[in-house]
Amino acid sequence: MIDVIGTLKRGGRGLIAPIDFPLLLITLAIMAVGLATVNSATFDGNNRLLSQAGNMGVAMVVMWLVARLPPQKLMRFALPLYVVGLLLLVAVFLFGIKVNGAKRWLSLGFTRIQPSEIMKIAMPLMLAWYFHKYEATLRARHFIVAALLLVVPFGLIAKQPDLGTALLVGGAGFFVIFFAGLPWKVIVGLIAAGAAAAPLLWGMMHDYQRKRILTLIDPTTDPLGAGYHIIQATIAIGSGGPFGKGYLNGTQTHLEFIPEKHTDFIFAVYSEEWGLLGNALLVFLYTLLIGRGMMIAMAAPTMFSRLLAGSVTLGFFTYAFINMGMVSGILPVVGVPLPFMSYGGTALVTLFLGIGILMSIQSHRMLVKK
Amino acid sequence: MGNFHNSESDLDRFRFRLGIATLVVLLAFGTLIGRFVWLQVLQHDFYRTRAEDNRIALIPIVPNRGVITDRNGVVLARNYSAYTLEITPSLAGDLEATIDALSEVIDIQPKDRKRFKRLLDEAKNFESVPIRTRLTDTEVAIFAAQRYRFPGVEVMARLFRQYPLGPIGSHALGYIGRITDRDLQWIEEADKQANYKGTDHIGKTGLEQHYEFELHGETGYEEVEIDSGGRALRSLKRIPPVSGNNLQLTLDAKLQEITEQAFGDRKGALVAIDPNTGGILALVSNPTYDPNLFVDGITPDNWKELNEHPDKPMINRTINGAYPPGSTFKPFMALAALELGKRTPNQAISDPGFFNFGNHTFRDDKKGGHGSVDMYKSIVHSCDTYYYMLANDMGIDNIARFMGQLGLGQRTGVDLGRDDSGESKGVLPSQEWKRQRFKKPEQQKWYAGETISIGIGQGYNAYTPIQLAQATAVVANRGVMFRPHLVNQIVDARTGEKRPVEPQPIRDLKLKPQNVDVIRRAMVGVNKEGTGARTFAGAPYEAAGKTGTAQVFSLKGADYKASGVKKELRDHALFIAFAPADKPKIALAVLVENGGFGAQSAAPIARMVLDYYLLGKLPAGAAKEDAAAVEDDNEE
Repeated sequence: MIDVIGTLKRGGRGLIAPIDFPLLLITLAIMAVGLATVNSATFDGNNRLLSQAGNMGVAMVVMWLVARLPPQKLMRFALPLYVVGLLLLVAVFLFGIKVNGAKRWLSLGFTRIQPSEIMKIAMPLMLAWYFHKYEATLRARHFIVAALLLVVPFGLIAKQPDLGTALLVGGAGFFVIFFAGLPWKVIVGLIAAGAAAAPLLWGMMHDYQRKRILTLIDPTTDPLGAGYHIIQATIAIGSGGPFGKGYLNGTQTHLEFIPEKHTDFIFAVYSEEWGLLGNALLVFLYTLLIGRGMMIAMAAPTMFSRLLAGSVTLGFFTYAFINMGMVSGILPVVGVPLPFMSYGGTALVTLFLGIGILMSIQSHRMLVKK
Repeated sequence: MGNFHNSESDLDRFRFRLGIATLVVLLAFGTLIGRFVWLQVLQHDFYRTRAEDNRIALIPIVPNRGVITDRNGVVLARNYSAYTLEITPSLAGDLEATIDALSEVIDIQPKDRKRFKRLLDEAKNFESVPIRTRLTDTEVAIFAAQRYRFPGVEVMARLFRQYPLGPIGSHALGYIGRITDRDLQWIEEADKQANYKGTDHIGKTGLEQHYEFELHGETGYEEVEIDSGGRALRSLKRIPPVSGNNLQLTLDAKLQEITEQAFGDRKGALVAIDPNTGGILALVSNPTYDPNLFVDGITPDNWKELNEHPDKPMINRTINGAYPPGSTFKPFMALAALELGKRTPNQAISDPGFFNFGNHTFRDDKKGGHGSVDMYKSIVHSCDTYYYMLANDMGIDNIARFMGQLGLGQRTGVDLGRDDSGESKGVLPSQEWKRQRFKKPEQQKWYAGETISIGIGQGYNAYTPIQLAQATAVVANRGVMFRPHLVNQIVDARTGEKRPVEPQPIRDLKLKPQNVDVIRRAMVGVNKEGTGARTFAGAPYEAAGKTGTAQVFSLKGADYKASGVKKELRDHALFIAFAPADKPKIALAVLVENGGFGAQSAAPIARMVLDYYLLGKLPAGAAKEDAAAVEDDNEE
């Protein structure tokens, strides 16, 4: 009996060994806020609270599974995952199903998959592995190859078009390259070239993309069309005031003025009911999450784990900033969910994959050193 | 191996870049917080209002329009509730299909569809729009049984305006109709837009228009929470409407009715006034129309018929018809002569039957003349020569000044129409008037010869029947003038509080009583031994009167023969009267267009009005005109 208990204890310790509790607690806190908000957003109709809780459970199992894997094993997935992801993106390009004018999905007969989601993890994994592999002999050409590895999937996703995912994938890749030591000259040059190419880019854009940017500058030019989402979300946030209207009392939410209120625009729901105080708390929680990620990256022992941890961490930032920025009207509307808040299983799994990777890097740090 | 190949500088660079990234993160989040402060603190009031506007819709509740009653409480305009079939567009889905399906159950005419379309354009999504009005009980029952088939379609009770007496008194009452752009402008000028939310009818003419803002009442509203689809979810607050004020008129509906019947199919007008107050007892313009035709939107056919009818029933002749007063002008001329000292009552002229002025001869109706004529005789027998001379002696500007005092040639300000701009001024000729009336210098000059025919109420003279009635009332009331008005008092529908309409005189001419007595005696003489004697034979009261005939057609010296002239060119018949002569209770002016001699067709109507008003006596066989009028008493 005693032995059994001891085994269980040891087993228990083994079970929780890869868990990074600060990271887990922060994530759980954000998720608690997220669950409450999903409940409010879907209160009047088809309530998604339980469904989202289920998603979280599944996603956390994924996190735990990944966290148990040592980074060296993760590294082995890098190339195959990237190649499969890339092939699937090409397949989408060739045979994808069009939904609402965008070609993002592949039909597998029984279900549909969105390969760009794989790239959110595959991209940083691949690039981190790549730089790790050539760490000793890093030359300019490696950066060029890395840029190519980044640009091809980015282009394929942007072409679908899915600007939101393209930005997240591109961002994740860019962060790896940045942390790998992309010279400042190049960064400044890229920014300058980007600014110079802006008019050119404007000329190449789709009409609807231009409209989004124009609408951002002045949403009232199209109050019932493209501007509607921004205007209604902004009204929700602004009317929330310093302390919010109270939980379940958001009129913009419950009278259906906010579009996509349990997914991309969930921040407007939260902000209306909890006000500036709630917003500050949420931003604080994200800052903690990113801070913890930064600490893990800082302490990471290998090139691979450092780059991966840094990129994953900044990925969370990209998600959060783009989403809150677009909902509050300072960034164009692109389809980016609010991490750990927006309803949706796929996004949660991807996010927890990231958390799992961070935990894996953190928990296997000592082992590597030893 | 790579793992151990880290140079310190590589690690340092990584850590430095992590630091930079952290800075960028903090900066970006700081920007977000700044944005939130802007939206949620600095702009909070703005966005809170926007959110409230989003969520709350005000649904107006239209008040009951005030009721109009005559002096005895007879209802002239009221509201009745009727069933309408209404569609709420936001709930109904495909409107065309819904209406098509409805038309299989309930009779829906193309005009109903047309009106529905028009109303739909004006309505908000959550408001119901009528597709059919005035459903019968059977139709209501049929629809009720099929109701489940028609989401968003409902039977509602709405109030409609009704004029129970039909065409009787329509020119006084006016009517209501749908609000047009011009009405909207009026509402805006009066700053009443808020109160007219939801109202779709407004007074168009007559009392309905003049007292629009009294009759309308205060619009109530219901605050309703709506969702983004415009669906009403729950009522937040309800402010009930306040009914419009009721109007109690000075008009006597029965008097109005029998007078209108007395006109029969003759065109003309009658205005009867209580000289002591200016309150109008009867205001008749014949032909009339049925104001009920307008309430629900007049059909094009009806509108065409009313507008294009040669007798012009839509014209209110009492305030918009200007007619030469003919001999009814003579008592006023005589009064002017006395007041201005141009004649004494006993001063007599010798009437040869004509008056020569320059190389023109003005003839009297009576060949050979009336002989010696003093003021009394000049009125009783309507001697033209007396007034040719008098006019010549007084001069046009003296005449104009005095007649202006009596209110002739000026808007009376009667409470009809939106303001008095709807009332005709008529023509009070004077040198100044002619200067302004004509453009060419040779036409602008007043010729002394033109004054002569003014003396007998011809020439440029043209007055509305209401002006004549008012002038008569002023004489009857010994120079004290009231504004003619139809509303006696405005009654608050809730409190019952009564607000009388001006009992104050607007002017006192300070006429010398002995002068007024001379005129009054002469006018009594008219009905006793003069041109009105036949009509007023046997009247148990003493009535003062004066007949008149106004030329429509200039005969250029030839004898006038009624039978030889087309009806439209026949003379207008006039009669003015007040009674009882010593203490007048009623003063009136009657005009019968193309009626020939005043004594013949106008005076009998006056007699009937006086008989009813003073004695309560109904005319025998009501509408029959008294054809047995004076045949040979055509001395005017």
